[in-house]
Amino acid sequence: MNITELTVHELKEKLDKKELTITEITKAYVDRINEKEKDVQSFVTTLTDEAIEKSKKIEEKLKNNENLGKYAGIPIGIKDNMCTKGIKTTCSSRMLENFISPYDGTVVNRVINEENMIDLGKLNMDEFAMGSSTETSYFKKTKNPWDLRKVPGGSSGGSAAAVAANMVPWALGSDTGGSIRQPASLCGVVGLKPTYGLVSRYGLVAFASSLDQIGPITKDVRDAAMLLSIIAGHDEKDTTSANIPKKDYTKALKNDVNGLKIGVPKEFFGEGINEEVKESINKAIEKYKELGAIVEETSLDVAEYALATYYIIACAEASSNLGRFDGIRYGYRTKNFTDLQEIYENSRSEGFGAEVKRRIILGTYVLSSGYYDAYYKKAQQVRTLVKNEFAKNLSKYDVLLTPTSPTTAFKLGEKSNNPLEMYLADICTVSVNIAGLPGLSIPCGVDKSGMPIGMQLIGKAFDEETILNAGYTFEQAYKFREKYKPDFKGGNN
Amino acid sequence: MKVEREELLHIAKLANLKINEEEIDDYLLNLQDILNFANIVNDAPVEGLKETVGSDDRYNVFRKDEVKEFEDEESLLQNAPEKENHMFKIPKVL
Repeated sequence: MNITELTVHELKEKLDKKELTITEITKAYVDRINEKEKDVQSFVTTLTDEAIEKSKKIEEKLKNNENLGKYAGIPIGIKDNMCTKGIKTTCSSRMLENFISPYDGTVVNRVINEENMIDLGKLNMDEFAMGSSTETSYFKKTKNPWDLRKVPGGSSGGSAAAVAANMVPWALGSDTGGSIRQPASLCGVVGLKPTYGLVSRYGLVAFASSLDQIGPITKDVRDAAMLLSIIAGHDEKDTTSANIPKKDYTKALKNDVNGLKIGVPKEFFGEGINEEVKESINKAIEKYKELGAIVEETSLDVAEYALATYYIIACAEASSNLGRFDGIRYGYRTKNFTDLQEIYENSRSEGFGAEVKRRIILGTYVLSSGYYDAYYKKAQQVRTLVKNEFAKNLSKYDVLLTPTSPTTAFKLGEKSNNPLEMYLADICTVSVNIAGLPGLSIPCGVDKSGMPIGMQLIGKAFDEETILNAGYTFEQAYKFREKYKPDFKGGNN
Repeated sequence: MKVEREELLHIAKLANLKINEEEIDDYLLNLQDILNFANIVNDAPVEGLKETVGSDDRYNVFRKDEVKEFEDEESLLQNAPEKENHMFKIPKVL
């Protein structure tokens, strides 16, 4: 048995049957990290020694029948924009290279302190989650385990690559415009962006506060449902956190889509979408029909407006959120200053990378007097339009089905000099954030060069159950994980 | 809308950022590209639509204003680049 290939629900089953121990599992993951991390480069900080230590302690406590949580001893990886007490939280930025959070964020607290999962490390990302390839990280470029010459997607590229490479059994990511779903799609794993407000953002370093949401990146849909059940729930420390009862999302997994109404918005299959991606999604649609779902073409003509709106709103919010980085209380401080203003300007100019600065400038521009009405105000109106269009469609359909990404993984460096082209990588995902809805990406095939293709299932607000069940049912029928595995091709050795 | 060089420098100043002479053209080009694209929001059929501020309509979430002690003060200061007598230190302002 290869431990690191198992899903978390399989690990849990074996733990319960005493076929595996917590220390065996942790050791297997540490060995896997030692073997593969040099090729994949998905961690900013690894906690392998600490993980082994903690696994021994947890095993000891469990022997003494202490109640530690359902997933005690299961390892996890955490995107490096979630605050972890006593452990660096860098956001993959020079600005926070040495930042050690004084507290645990709410989600981190739930998985690490309440559930007693074992933190294997902090995962690489685009700097401040701004990017779609993880190439804007100040520290390293993460590689796609399916082809090491290609990007893992972003911004949660480290999380998706680590799950795909079996270096962590599951991981936490964050999604502002596609940052969970797009890398999940490019790495052949499952990624869920929950409804805005379902998961607390307390302790998540803010990028665009009205869009950011934490969610699971996992090997399969059942694991995503399990992890969501843990991290979802009201938190008074986040005023946008929805006050709805906690649920066990695995109960929604019925392996049945008979009569499910699926709408397929034709605008998501336009000229920018790669032919092989379209073909693969069309096959998935056929599969859904075979499984008894009612699939119809529909119209949701907002993708381009939504993308433009996204970059206006996200950058505007980022320019405000990132104003806190001033070189005074925490974060990078320049050595080159004579007065306070120079501390601000030089610390920020030296501490932030090019893409972050570009977005701060764009955000400041659209909020500045003279342009506010033309861009920001207009974008907020378009946001209403996008929400209305989704509402119209979701009153007719239970689920909307689209590609997750217009293409499969692209080569490292291919788009990094063309910001606008990079932004287009988010064309299928951003509208879901704009509307605040849940979106699930699951693998549905591979292209001719063997790179994974993902489909996106969009649901009604706070109806994660329906998209999880739809994804699960397809997954059970299609069996992607049995057919395809990443082979780490294109490496140096 | 065409972005002029002076305008870019003014915006950068507002954002407390410095742009080096050799970076200016790149920033101008990228900003112009993105704004040209972003302009399509002005073609969107939004006549009469209200602005949406957040993802949902809830507004003003209240809780009791209670003082809670944060017990680990040291950890708040440990990230400061410069400190003195339990305070953040900055250069002379006046």
